[in-house]
Amino acid sequence: MEIKPAIVKFLLRLGDDTLILGHRLGEWCGHGPILEQDIALTNISLDLIGQCRSYLTVAGNEEGKGRDENDLAYKRIEREFFNHLLVEQPNGDFGKTIVRQFLFDAYHVTLLDILKASSHSDIAAIAEKSLKEVTYHYRFSSEWLIRLGDGTAESHQRMQNALNELWSYTGELFETDEVEKTLVDHGVIPSLDSIKERWLKLVKEVIAEATLATPPDQWMQRGGRNGVHSEHLGYLLSEMQYLPRVYPDAKW
Amino acid sequence: MEATEEYVWQLLENVKDPEVPVLSVVDLGIIREVKKFDGGWQIVITPTYSGCPAMHMIEEEIKSTLIHELHAPVEVVTVLSPAWTTDWMSEAGKVKLEAYGIAPPAEPSADKRALMGEKSILKCPQCGSTNTVMISQFGSTACKSLFRCEDCLEPFDYFKCLR
Repeated sequence: MEIKPAIVKFLLRLGDDTLILGHRLGEWCGHGPILEQDIALTNISLDLIGQCRSYLTVAGNEEGKGRDENDLAYKRIEREFFNHLLVEQPNGDFGKTIVRQFLFDAYHVTLLDILKASSHSDIAAIAEKSLKEVTYHYRFSSEWLIRLGDGTAESHQRMQNALNELWSYTGELFETDEVEKTLVDHGVIPSLDSIKERWLKLVKEVIAEATLATPPDQWMQRGGRNGVHSEHLGYLLSEMQYLPRVYPDAKW
Repeated sequence: MEATEEYVWQLLENVKDPEVPVLSVVDLGIIREVKKFDGGWQIVITPTYSGCPAMHMIEEEIKSTLIHELHAPVEVVTVLSPAWTTDWMSEAGKVKLEAYGIAPPAEPSADKRALMGEKSILKCPQCGSTNTVMISQFGSTACKSLFRCEDCLEPFDYFKCLR
């Protein structure tokens, strides 16, 4: 694979993960269980969307076709989004949102810790900046996982159900293909081989502290990284892209 | 007479953070460089948080303030690296923050384990007591978290430590 398209696709995967999860968390605005958690989820959303803007801007520059962050966020269709399936899964109750966030945050801190050593100055800079923010996200979601897992019988059961339901979306986080291989071969990013092991260690520790059970090895869902999504993404995009599609280039 | 770099820095003291108006952009430590550029000035800034919605406004305020005083073109460039840290906040800024009712950034451990009831070391900006607890890691803006004083019972914002 050529290096240029590999960089663009890699940046789109990062940008789309942060955009879609940021949008999902934004859906909590005005609906959080208490005001503080409403604010927390939307603050995390804001961080992720800020990070997404950086990734998509750089992706557009690397692509060289004149597409900016808005074109990439609002004018691509479902099959052109490369986020992992995990981040597009619906919010469910607060517990499910926390489990989704926790599984992703543990992956995100590990990934960024590796990417901050990228030889691509933009990727390294975004990773360095984002890591500080994502460290807060990870702390937030792991504390709530523990609080609710080791909480009442009801909260424990809901967390376990969410963990069992979302676990099959975690396998895809550790897939690599010619995109990552090309970047590693060209020395653009360090090897990502250690992520799964590091992630599993982080996740298992917190799940145990939360008195929850790590789900068994199982068949894993896949496809998001190449644009094959669950039915949920289409609905999300139609809401997110409605305004720019109906009023193209609207400014306010 | 041509403006000096020092004078431009002084002018930047007049540009306030729209969300924490007691702090200037210089106090915040987001101005990384001021340099002469093509008959005008280039100001290099770095965002506090990736998604900080005040950044665009700060950029516009820098431009309008400087252009008004210098009558020269002004360009604002944003860089991400090295990433901003609260260590770059000026000591004067920290004093102003506290007087304004926001606890200034302390150690990174100050807001650890909010939900687990661990002891806070932060001082209440209202009454000075250290008998304080965190209510939430996330507050009214990305850069703040929310605390409560157990003595005077007032809630207060904490400008969280980012390193």
